[in-house]
Amino acid sequence: MLQQPGDAFLTATVSFELNGKPVSGAAENRTLLVDFLRDALGYTGTHVGCDTSQCGACVVHVNGRSVKACSMLAVQAEGMRVTTIEGVAPNRDELHPMQEAFREHHGLQCGFCTPGMIMSALDLVSRNPNPSEREITEWLEGNMCRCTGYLNIVKAVKAGSETMRAAS
Amino acid sequence: MYDFAYHRPASVAEARQLLADNEDAKLIAGGMTLFPTMKMRLASPSDLIDLGGIESLHGIRDAGDSVEIGAMTTHADIAASEVVRAGIPGLAELAGLIGDAQVRNRGTLGGSLSNCDPAADYPAAVLALNAVIRTDRREISADSYFLGMFETPLEPDEILESVRFPKVPRAAYAKFPNPASRYAVVGVMIAETARGVRAAVTGAAACVFRATAIEAALSKDFSERALEGLTIATPELNEDSFANAEYRAHLVVVMARRAVAAISSGQQPPG
Repeated sequence: MLQQPGDAFLTATVSFELNGKPVSGAAENRTLLVDFLRDALGYTGTHVGCDTSQCGACVVHVNGRSVKACSMLAVQAEGMRVTTIEGVAPNRDELHPMQEAFREHHGLQCGFCTPGMIMSALDLVSRNPNPSEREITEWLEGNMCRCTGYLNIVKAVKAGSETMRAAS
Repeated sequence: MYDFAYHRPASVAEARQLLADNEDAKLIAGGMTLFPTMKMRLASPSDLIDLGGIESLHGIRDAGDSVEIGAMTTHADIAASEVVRAGIPGLAELAGLIGDAQVRNRGTLGGSLSNCDPAADYPAAVLALNAVIRTDRREISADSYFLGMFETPLEPDEILESVRFPKVPRAAYAKFPNPASRYAVVGVMIAETARGVRAAVTGAAACVFRATAIEAALSKDFSERALEGLTIATPELNEDSFANAEYRAHLVVVMARRAVAAISSGQQPPG
């Protein structure tokens, strides 16, 4: 049943909770979650790097777990809780402690990978509030950075986890 | 990706009916292999039947002398399971070495075994532990499940429901990952089962296989020393730009030694 010119695409209405608020929109069945977030809903903080589940720029949380939004369909998020980088800061003027740690420790240069790095790091800290440098390095295996190298990123995640632990 | 109809059945019976009604339909589990394949247009199913909404396929159950794991259980859940850690040494660690954290959050045991990638990790555990694969119509022993590259005895309309792993006192998995893909260049699982030592090798050939020379050596003397000087025949081994057959043969013995060392010391080998 390959697509022919002029064929109508099979579409669905997709509704889920995004950063605590209900959202809804039309998506083709084949639309990836990341494209739905960016193109249909306008949440462009989640990036598309490789589109092949290698680079991690598109990491979001679905029901509290980090996933690569390029490797999941929008229709598969129906009824779920999705959190993107836009949903982590407490308000418009303050950063989340993990974001603040990336700023403080120069954990980014161009910033393209940063939303994915932070969403991935937050999943790690939710499972392991006190990760070692080795655990952070292993956890970030699926997140690529092509500017800074990883030393400051690991330092930032460590510092962010410490601030979060102290605050909890 | 080409267009497709999307279904999310709530039961295995419903999924089976959808498969029967749509000739070019495909089941989807975590999608960690199928989505990339569809993006490259190497697969173009008319319908995707998503097994994610079927509650009975999820979860890990302690069944006394075995651990039963639902097909849709993720690698992350297996890696974090106390039941798995207590009953089957090495299996949780193996699951924790698959792909990356986000792949482990989506990828599933049943998806991996249905796909039967020659470099996947689970086949080594399933074969070394002599696990039983339960489908919607029968049980298949590990010894008759892995037929070849991406080839299993599953019928096109058959649904893998769970895998029953017999508990073993001692087992370990050692893996030499491809640094980019994290698939196994070579992975070896060694287990001391009720019927003796079993050694299964993944990544090295077209399909997971039992290394009988390693099993024989370890049955006589369960030690790293017993594997010294042992060689693995190369004709059937994979050759690619990462590792030729000779290197893979060497890695099989090295990984086997690491697994034995891990078993002897009670610590799993480093990833």
